[in-house]
Amino acid sequence: MKLSEIVDRLDLSVRSGKEKLGEDVTGGYASDLLSDVIANSNEGDIWITLQIHQNIVAVASMNKLAGIVLVNGREPEEGTLEAAEQEAMPIMVTDMPTFEVVGKLYELGISGTR
Amino acid sequence: MNRDEKITKIQELVYEMKVQEVMRRKVITVGPTTQMSELREILRVNRISGAPVVEGDALVGIISLEDFIKWLANREDDCPIGAKMTRDVKTLYADEPLVTAVNKLEQLGYGRFPVIDRETNELVGIITAGLVIEGLLRKLEIDYSEEEIHRYRASHIFEDILADRTKLLFEYDVVGQDFERAGESASGLKTTLRRLGIDPRIVRRVAIATYEAEMNVVVYTPGGKISCEIDPEKIVVDVRDSGPGIPDVEKAMQPGYSTAPEWVRELGFGAGMGLNNIQKCADEMVLTSDVGSGTHLKVCIFTEQGRGS
Ligand SMILES: Nc1ncnc2c1ncn2[C@@H]1O[C@H](COP(=O)(O)OP(=O)(O)OP(=O)(O)O)[C@@H](O)[C@H]1O
Ligand SMILES: [Mg+2]
Repeated sequence: MKLSEIVDRLDLSVRSGKEKLGEDVTGGYASDLLSDVIANSNEGDIWITLQIHQNIVAVASMNKLAGIVLVNGREPEEGTLEAAEQEAMPIMVTDMPTFEVVGKLYELGISGTR
Repeated sequence: MNRDEKITKIQELVYEMKVQEVMRRKVITVGPTTQMSELREILRVNRISGAPVVEGDALVGIISLEDFIKWLANREDDCPIGAKMTRDVKTLYADEPLVTAVNKLEQLGYGRFPVIDRETNELVGIITAGLVIEGLLRKLEIDYSEEEIHRYRASHIFEDILADRTKLLFEYDVVGQDFERAGESASGLKTTLRRLGIDPRIVRRVAIATYEAEMNVVVYTPGGKISCEIDPEKIVVDVRDSGPGIPDVEKAMQPGYSTAPEWVRELGFGAGMGLNNIQKCADEMVLTSDVGSGTHLKVCIFTEQGRGS
């Protein structure tokens, strides 16, 4: 499923990486521990987290993730946005908590295993 | 890129890109029962020159500034937008190629097209000539910087240098406890390796190993140095710090083992996975540490060529 479709269905606000919204999302991962994300996420995953500092961009781009969703209404830090634009990494924000976002993604057919 | 190349590139892109990549998703709509007299304010506040007319989920028409001016000029009585809107709305599907949008904008002379989802028939966005241009420029810029990267290639560098042995050395200083700059060395090294044209899978492994090592230096020590040595066969990352050292290296290597303090955990570190991630990425890894004097990590990752020999 295209990231743009997820943005529409979950009513996410896009903060960066607009040019990559046409890319495919092939799975999902939810975690707030960065090394855990490096170890266990897969290329093409959409990543749900409450971390907002710039290291999330480094982690997401190393694992070639499709995008990052920040939950609980948290906004990316300024440095995070700069890094995200540079790496063309989509960051989306939502007021929903992680549990809700993951549930909705699962309903759309996005799975955490492959 | 020269001028001609750029033009053919744009032609390519209008076929390749989809309407949904450039459309605006947040669409300002009006209802058919809204009064014409209110339209001006809606257009002014949102700085738009027209809006789709929506009833429930259905697109029922479109109203433009031109319609508004006509209504004004005729000095007609106030009436609902539904009476003045264009009912036969020309739309585009979100998954249509951009070239369709460009053609329709030109042929039909309209300033905007509502964008509809092919399956649900719902209004998902709006497209204007300005948005098309913006989208193309953005894409052109990205493609351009990717091309830039292809200009240098490590293979060329090594081919062009005449020597029995060639090595490239990059060094980075890491400041302890500085979370603003944490990760910059790894990211700088990653960009450099990419520019050198090194296989992206190798770059990824080097980047992860360096990132995790850098984070450990930032979190647990007052600072250190990262050096990266590249030759045609292998990439060696060497990380030294003058921190407290690791009392039990074997234990530190266990997945989940972490001494990260609470405030560091709040930033997302302390999964106790860093050293394991390094090990997974490395072909060879040596971690030595002396309590009181510091830690030394050496990671070796073979290139395609090194693996062969
Ligand atoms: N350079 C270092 N100096 C001192 N101690 C270190 C150093 N690197 C690692 N350690 C010790 O080893 C432990 C395990 O490190 P590791 O990188 O695997 O996990 P972590 O840093 O705790 O968490 P994560 O990397 O998952 O965020 C650390 O908690 C720390 O006690
Ligand atoms: Mg670590």
